[in-house]
Amino acid sequence: MQERSKLLWIIGLFAGAYFIPWDHEIMRRSGLEAFLMLQDYAREHVLTCLIPAFFIAGAIAVFVSQASVLKYFGAQAKKVLAYSVASVSGAILAVCSCTVLPLFAGIYMRGAGIGPATAFLYSGPAINVLAIVLTARVLGWQMGLARAIGAVSFALVIGLLMAFIFKKEDAARTAGQFYLPDEENPGRSLWQDAGFMLVMVLILVFAAFARPGEGDATIWQFLFGIKWYVTILLLGVLGLMLKAWFVQEERKAWVASTWDFMKQIAPLLAAGVLVAGFLLGRPGHPALIPESWIAGLVGGNSFFANFFASLAGALMYFATLTEIPILEGLVGAGMGQGPALALLLAGPALSLPNMIVISGVIGIKKTAVFSLLVIVMSTAAGMFYGSFFV
Amino acid sequence: MEIKVLGPGCAKCTQAEKVVREAVAEAGIEASVEKVSDILKIAGYGVFGTPAIIINGDVKMVGKVPKKEEVMGWLR
Repeated sequence: MQERSKLLWIIGLFAGAYFIPWDHEIMRRSGLEAFLMLQDYAREHVLTCLIPAFFIAGAIAVFVSQASVLKYFGAQAKKVLAYSVASVSGAILAVCSCTVLPLFAGIYMRGAGIGPATAFLYSGPAINVLAIVLTARVLGWQMGLARAIGAVSFALVIGLLMAFIFKKEDAARTAGQFYLPDEENPGRSLWQDAGFMLVMVLILVFAAFARPGEGDATIWQFLFGIKWYVTILLLGVLGLMLKAWFVQEERKAWVASTWDFMKQIAPLLAAGVLVAGFLLGRPGHPALIPESWIAGLVGGNSFFANFFASLAGALMYFATLTEIPILEGLVGAGMGQGPALALLLAGPALSLPNMIVISGVIGIKKTAVFSLLVIVMSTAAGMFYGSFFV
Repeated sequence: MEIKVLGPGCAKCTQAEKVVREAVAEAGIEASVEKVSDILKIAGYGVFGTPAIIINGDVKMVGKVPKKEEVMGWLR
């Protein structure tokens, strides 16, 4: 950082400390809300949801062979396969946009071309395990499911449309030599890896099992009653699998990559929760931004509300997962379900800084078309979803 | 000898650069180590995955952090 920008930061902080009316009732309430929301996350979501999800993300990063996925993005790969793999690969390949962008550039310049590249660019940050799990947990399983389905189908449609619109330019592109990540023979069969992941997903499902309502079917009541026994049993199974199927080095690599994800994401998420709490408050508790503003802008399910949510999501930068607490605050303050989905679909895939990097790779025209497609489709999906769930 | 470490700035990429520099120092070889962070340049090499290590134009490793012994092997 330059000395001058340091000085500007300090002046800004000083001015904030000096002039902001911290003593005002609204400021006190907002400050309190920030920490109450943080506590809410710490108590409700961290132990049973986030931490298992980090371990799953770590396992995916270490145990799933990237080369086996990436080979479908080569210039010679079948188009059908390239598109279908691209639209779901976000679940396997990436948790943050910093790994998505170089891969995107590689697929575009040396590999399968603009269609699969944009499909991958969209799906990468939108359907990773952590995002879907936490969305379902915090905003309800309907929203989690809608986000997963929306993200996969959007990736496909946007990729195909981009390839169609820019057919000529894509044909003129020269595909060249490319290098896949080195593969190691893990000494495990695919079903062993799949079983290991499945046990972890089940642990997550049972540990995070929400208390069913009074009127719910007895099967849910029963499952809720035994959830801790099942969780402990599953943990035992996981331990046996780790001992029998993995060597020491792999176990270490798994823990190390889980730790990397935690270090990278947890501080940003905590900061995001604090900001969301300060500005918007927990559901049912007003904070700095008046609820009437939010209800007026993105309440209900009008075209404007959905469009505004898509546009705002597309321009704003969300660090990994922070879109979730911010949406929780917005929905609690009166945002409609439709606009909420619109923001989720447009948000993580696009941001202003992201657009600038993308336009450096594929040019301003293609970036504009891509952004436009995302905004239009998110608006439509929001209106569609909002007409079912209010 | 010309060594390039490709990676946009993730933790693994910084680590890869560190390992390479250590190996070069240990081997006592005359070599230039360059970190390439520009996404377009990285894509230009055709590597699908970072960090990647390129020595005298040959892609030596893609998608993981090398061990110091491995780098020493390439330097010989």
